[in-house]
Amino acid sequence: MPTPASSPAARPGEVAGVLRLLAFLILSTMLMVLDHRGGWLRTLRTQAEAVVQPLWWLAGQPARIGTSLRENAVTHAQLADDNARLRQALLLTEARNARLRTAAAENARLRGLLDSAERARLDVQLAGVLDLDLDPTRQRLILDAGSNSGVRLGQTVIDAGGLMGQVIALTPTTATVLLLTDPDHAVPVMVARTGVRLMVYGTGRSDALQLADVPLSADVRTGDVLLTSGLGGRFPQGFAVGTVAALRADDSRAFLKADVRPAAQLDRGRDVLLLRGYKPAQVPAAAAAKPAATATKPTAGSAPVRTGGQP
Amino acid sequence: MSRPRNGWVLPVSLLLALLLGMVPLPDGVQPLRPYWLALVLAYWLIEIPERVGLGVAFCVGVVADLAYGGLLGEQALRLVVLAFILDRFRARLRFFPMSQQALTLGVLLLNDRVISSVIHVVMGVPQPPATYWLAPLLGMLLWPPLHLLLDHLRLRRQ
Repeated sequence: MPTPASSPAARPGEVAGVLRLLAFLILSTMLMVLDHRGGWLRTLRTQAEAVVQPLWWLAGQPARIGTSLRENAVTHAQLADDNARLRQALLLTEARNARLRTAAAENARLRGLLDSAERARLDVQLAGVLDLDLDPTRQRLILDAGSNSGVRLGQTVIDAGGLMGQVIALTPTTATVLLLTDPDHAVPVMVARTGVRLMVYGTGRSDALQLADVPLSADVRTGDVLLTSGLGGRFPQGFAVGTVAALRADDSRAFLKADVRPAAQLDRGRDVLLLRGYKPAQVPAAAAAKPAATATKPTAGSAPVRTGGQP
Repeated sequence: MSRPRNGWVLPVSLLLALLLGMVPLPDGVQPLRPYWLALVLAYWLIEIPERVGLGVAFCVGVVADLAYGGLLGEQALRLVVLAFILDRFRARLRFFPMSQQALTLGVLLLNDRVISSVIHVVMGVPQPPATYWLAPLLGMLLWPPLHLLLDHLRLRRQ
């Protein structure tokens, strides 16, 4: 039976308790600061994440079981329905594809005339998303493919709509993806209509991106489609990033900022595509050497450390 | 009464609480997810203080930080503070009626959210949406059933 802590006899114990509290508080504060600043704790963290990996797998089970139950329980009619719908969609896509093929052939011919290098074809790997709710303030995904299946650090992640993010951490069987919408993430883009080059930053919400520091004179309008510009060498050129939803003056009134709707479905979907055959540029040690590399958001001091991992 | 009969309940309940924090929920419900880990840990802190103290709270917090992918040390700090306060009030808390106990836990969980947002402000990490402030309420409502369940599991005769 524990004695009540308020009795005078418990004084020394109380002091020891406070000291223990202080020790743990200092320890956890140190952890937080070190983690936030990056540094040596990052390697330690990567290794420790390999330990909690089975936890992720376990926590992902209910969703997986739910899906398989649902898939087993659908009726024949539903399946037939789905089948018909998908057949139609396939037909449509094939028709579109045929048109694109002629365009691609023409493109290749013109490129040949211009004597420019052929762009690499789209080579992708399908990876499943481990359905987990992680820290809500960070926009990350865990994929169920890791270095064993050929995933590399810095690899570009896309879905049918467009760019999703990049791989920032790897274990043998899982990969962590930093989504475009993470507040630490930035991606160089260009406006498809005019070619104006800008930067798109994450906001921390899964349905919104932000275009910051748009010069007043820049030709950007609501509804403009933004594509990756390929500057900085982290992402290949020409993937849809989002659509400008609203433009307004920023706090300084000297620039505009814009809300951008992501092109990819960042909060839905069970599978993503990992882009292969594109080598992300090595991040040089001198930050000045990469004018618009990804993830160098000026306001977030730790961003380059967090996301600019060497591939 | 003080002898633990079912020793496996402690690690299993903590592990389950950790997993419950990660199991995907629909978007609308997600902010209401109670802080399971704090609730389960609070139970053990109250019931077997000689085995579960600040050290255990710290270790559990670090593991949770790694698992949830948040700022390393954040949950460790939050759980250590929770453990310390609970330790101070344990003697009184144990003889509170269930409703008052639940209320106290609610206040503690609210305090935990305050600490969390202070940490986020100091470290410059973005805040979760405002709806996350409702989670302590659900945690408070869940305390009595959770307490009964854990009591039942722990003290059941083999």
